[in-house]
Amino acid sequence: MTEVLDVERSPARQPNSQKEPFLVVEHLSVQFPTYDGLVKAVTDLSYSVDMGETLGIVGESGSGKSVSSMAVLGLHDIKRSRLEGSIRVAGKEIVGASQSTMRKIRGNEVAMIFQDPLTALHPFFKIGDQIIEAYRFHHNVSKRVARRRAIEMLDLVGIPRPDQRVDEYVHQFSGGMRQRAMIAMALVNNPRLLIADEPTTALDVTVQAQILDLIQEMQKEFGSAVIMITHDLGVIAEVADEVLVMYAGRCVEKGTTKQILTHPEMPYTWGLLGSIADVVGDVDKPLVPIPGTPPSLLNPPSGCSFHPRCVHRDKVEGNRCVEELPELRAGGAPNHLLRCHLTDPDAVFESEVKEEIL
Amino acid sequence: MVGYIIRRLFSAFLVILLTSMFVFGLFFLGPSNIAATFCQQSANGRCTQERLAVITKQFGLDQSVFSQYEEWAKGIFVGRKIQMGATYDCPAPCLGISYRDQTNVFDTLKKYYPATLSIALVAGFGYLFLGVLLGSLAARWRGTAADKSLVTVSLLISSLPYYLVLLLAWIYLYAIKGWFPVPGYTSPFDNPWNWVKGMCLAWLILGVTNSTQYARFSRGYMVEALGEDYVRSATAKGVSRNMAVFKHALRVAIVPVVTIFGLDFATLLSGTVFTEKILGINGIGVLAINSITNFDFPIIAATVLIAAVLIVVGNLVVDILYSFLDPRVRLA
Repeated sequence: MTEVLDVERSPARQPNSQKEPFLVVEHLSVQFPTYDGLVKAVTDLSYSVDMGETLGIVGESGSGKSVSSMAVLGLHDIKRSRLEGSIRVAGKEIVGASQSTMRKIRGNEVAMIFQDPLTALHPFFKIGDQIIEAYRFHHNVSKRVARRRAIEMLDLVGIPRPDQRVDEYVHQFSGGMRQRAMIAMALVNNPRLLIADEPTTALDVTVQAQILDLIQEMQKEFGSAVIMITHDLGVIAEVADEVLVMYAGRCVEKGTTKQILTHPEMPYTWGLLGSIADVVGDVDKPLVPIPGTPPSLLNPPSGCSFHPRCVHRDKVEGNRCVEELPELRAGGAPNHLLRCHLTDPDAVFESEVKEEIL
Repeated sequence: MVGYIIRRLFSAFLVILLTSMFVFGLFFLGPSNIAATFCQQSANGRCTQERLAVITKQFGLDQSVFSQYEEWAKGIFVGRKIQMGATYDCPAPCLGISYRDQTNVFDTLKKYYPATLSIALVAGFGYLFLGVLLGSLAARWRGTAADKSLVTVSLLISSLPYYLVLLLAWIYLYAIKGWFPVPGYTSPFDNPWNWVKGMCLAWLILGVTNSTQYARFSRGYMVEALGEDYVRSATAKGVSRNMAVFKHALRVAIVPVVTIFGLDFATLLSGTVFTEKILGINGIGVLAINSITNFDFPIIAATVLIAAVLIVVGNLVVDILYSFLDPRVRLA
């Protein structure tokens, strides 16, 4: 098994061999013109991920998590979207790159695991053929070699009897198996960056744990960078080194996983943490949801986009939350960034919020 | 699979049986007196009671509908002897003999069917291919001027009655401009070039007209398929846009289009009737129309029966094809 896998390893694949992180996203904005107006799906988003690291991106549905990651693969239709800012993969600029450049990056250097493998895998092609296609697109090998590689990959992700399963269709796989096959397809070219878009959302917890373990094992084996998109903070706690919290298309808080989970400083993150059910906690204790619904990206709220739902708004002097967009500023710990007008969010957290959510 | 085909064949047989009974019933329950019409025509309007009685007996019309049907149906499998003035030997498969000239109906059909099948099969597969091609291209370049004009032209042609398009095309392309040779049928086994020459106008008109609606079906299903996650996955693997469109999306979009094609087989046959009549090609459609005006019942019954068989077989083929096109469909 390892012989074929090792063929593609080169010194350039080792972490820290480059100065710039493997993926750098700077001031990324993604907008979609529609009949109703301009949808500002992502606004001024910046982050970076280096080899061997895992970045978790969390946020509600429609907060721009998937849209920003799909931009990294150039999956947005140029005619139907507007991209601004800069995305660099291994130093190469992605925004505005030609389709032929993108094709060499897609599936090869950057691969994506999609949310729902039943719809994300082709219903009429055999699983093996889909993996073979992904492999042969970036490797000039015969069908036989590619097939052997596909069987290896299926074996690697823990699919039993891979030599038979390779000829089956997606509808013949169970949910967990489908996601494993999806992962096998994403990893077949040893990508240096793996974007997992809610890879465990449709799965039950035991399978979820297996899939997360699998992604982490693969990351160790290949030393790749991983972006884990999820709305499940439990997943983040398990796999991420760094966390980026998104709200209404913007980064609202960013920091190390430990910092974000233990000392969050942004009211939206408090809300997210507060709405998690505690399995061993008191069953009579009500869950605390975030009031209201996610904002429309057609007409985002003025000032801080979270202000209509924020319960700590009265702690800010004047009407700043409504009138002024808070800048990303340094938080209590190094590398901790947040977007909030509260002068001392840590104090508010310690006195009012901590008890509720931890 | 085999069990499924046997079950389907059985139900196909039932459909054909019922169709033949229905045609028989309609013909005899209708307000027509075949014998009287024939009697009038053959005796220059001086039809005597005796003559009418002879004709009625000759055609077997004095017997009940049921025994006539029984006689007719039995003839298909074992053949029969028919008394009509003289005794005519009609071997199986016997579809009777013509009231008008006492020729064997089966032989007549054999003579006329090749022309009809030539038109129907070539035009049919032609418009399926052309429609899917145009529809896929339109979906690939959705929203462009080419796409919009294709949809507009397609709607325009589809909303005109087929016979009108046909007639205008015939007048303009053949009668006025003379760009096309005289329509007519030559066996492709005798002279393939003359076959193509005689048929090309029919193929062109029937093919292009019907391809417009298939272009719209295909475009719709392609647009839907192109929005599916698996096409995005293919792109994320590094597959080129054309491969994503013409391999991944088309593979799925083609299934409902082929299904419609199979179910629409009857339209194709009725299309050939107009085509033959207006272009003056001697096919089964012209034969059927003439026999209806002539009250030549054995020929009407036979053409309807064969049309029913063709449609039923067409549907059966599509259903079986379905399990090959869509691996999720397992026939058992």
